[in-house]
Amino acid sequence: MYSKKVIEEFSNPANVGVIEDADGVGEIGSTIDGDIINISIKVKDNILEDVKFKTFGCVVAISTSSAVAKLAKGKTVDEAMALTNEDVINYLDGLPEGKDRCSGFALDALKMAIENYTHKSK
Amino acid sequence: MDHSATTPVDPLVVDAMLPFFTEAFGNASSLHSFGTEAADALSLARKQVADAIGAHPEEIIFTSGGTESDNLAIRGVVPYNNGKKHVITSVIEHPAVLNTCAFLEELGHEVTYVPVDADGVVDMNILEKSIKENTALISVMHANNEVGTIQPIEKISKIAKENNIYFHTDAVQSVGKIPVNVDDLGVDMLSISSHKIHGPKGVGALYVRKGTNISPIVFGGNHEKGMRSGTENVSGIVGFAKAMELAVKLLDADSIHMTRMRDSLISRVFDTISDVRLNGHPSRRLPNNVNMSFKYVEGESMLMLLDMQGVAVSTGSACSSKSLKASHVLSALEIEDEFIHGSLRMSLGRENTMDDIDYVVDALQETIAKLRAMSPLAGK
Ligand SMILES: Cc1ncc(COP(=O)(O)O)c(C=O)c1O
Ligand code: FES
Repeated sequence: MYSKKVIEEFSNPANVGVIEDADGVGEIGSTIDGDIINISIKVKDNILEDVKFKTFGCVVAISTSSAVAKLAKGKTVDEAMALTNEDVINYLDGLPEGKDRCSGFALDALKMAIENYTHKSK
Repeated sequence: MDHSATTPVDPLVVDAMLPFFTEAFGNASSLHSFGTEAADALSLARKQVADAIGAHPEEIIFTSGGTESDNLAIRGVVPYNNGKKHVITSVIEHPAVLNTCAFLEELGHEVTYVPVDADGVVDMNILEKSIKENTALISVMHANNEVGTIQPIEKISKIAKENNIYFHTDAVQSVGKIPVNVDDLGVDMLSISSHKIHGPKGVGALYVRKGTNISPIVFGGNHEKGMRSGTENVSGIVGFAKAMELAVKLLDADSIHMTRMRDSLISRVFDTISDVRLNGHPSRRLPNNVNMSFKYVEGESMLMLLDMQGVAVSTGSACSSKSLKASHVLSALEIEDEFIHGSLRMSLGRENTMDDIDYVVDALQETIAKLRAMSPLAGK
């Protein structure tokens, strides 16, 4: 039921971890009833030089986290903020019906991290 | 490692079935010799199934499987017992029982769902207190399909008898794993499914003790003495009966073999992986059931990584739209939040070996290490 790309991203995720001296951190979810996604970013000259994630959750939660980290890395802050659900879903060659909105979750964590950065740098 | 979901058909069962597709394809209701052959095969099968559980052949109704047997036991008895409108069951029953009870509630019947303790054993005090004047039926499963906990069926049947209430048990998971004898258990009705015991899918039986006031839920040409109409699935029934015969014959050897593998798997997981818990009862559990939870990781993710290593398991965790939901069974056991979403059920079968256990322990270590490295919860 999952695309090959989802499985690939899930079983060989890149950018796993936490950036020690991160410029921005976003974390979404709760232990009680949900997946938890933590994304940390390193920004240099307005570019997301590094993006790392840690995720507790299902196959979709992990694969979308990995996809978001890959998509965001190397982009400018504005470009990363403009990433959409569609971008993530297309990157993963689609998500199963009913799970197609889950990609927003990892994106929210990314955008939270970026906002955390812009807030701090103001 | 997922034998509680289903099992491969035993080659001896296939051999027993084959003639009924080719030479002996008759309809058991036909009066010519082809029909007689099929009718003879059915009556032999009925005797085999009855013998396997200590029943009389007239007490066996062949059905399409465990689900239909549960439906028949509940819907066939409850609405027809002198206006008695109350049913007692447990919170950890299979959906075949729970959804049937929910349907009866819609029809105006009353259902009490008795809770279980932390190990999954039905609370006998509450069960006994739930009994009313108008209780028609108690239905409690023999062994649970997710966590393998075995219920005190003998005690419940004694209480039911004292109060003149019919007692049904779903023995779909216990047949072939632990002794199942209708008199020892003291039940009035008992559900069995063929595909859980190395028989074909889509066939099973309901045992109904002589004298039980039960009505059919499928009407037609009065097959099965009117209790379950529809031309009999002769090949399926023959295969099911063969599987029952084997299950009883091999019970001692199978249960020793599976218990040994089960205990080895559990103790080696505890020895090699940290932050683990066993779900279900430590000793009153099916010989083939291992259900464990791993902190910091989620069930579906583990299942997927294990599948890639050729290990098929199941999980009581489901994710939909960012929210994780534990199965009704795990929720009833009051497992801590950190553990409840990281459950795996590994259910063993006759053909598994100790080498399989070695392989699974290694695969589990690898899987959990990998996911914990990704988890924001681990090492916090
Ligand atoms: C306890 C229990 N009851 C009933 C069933 C349903 O049996 P069947 O698949 O034959 O309808 C199952 C199988 O999933 C089961 O585990
Ligand atoms: S995040 Fe798990 S299904 Fe959507």
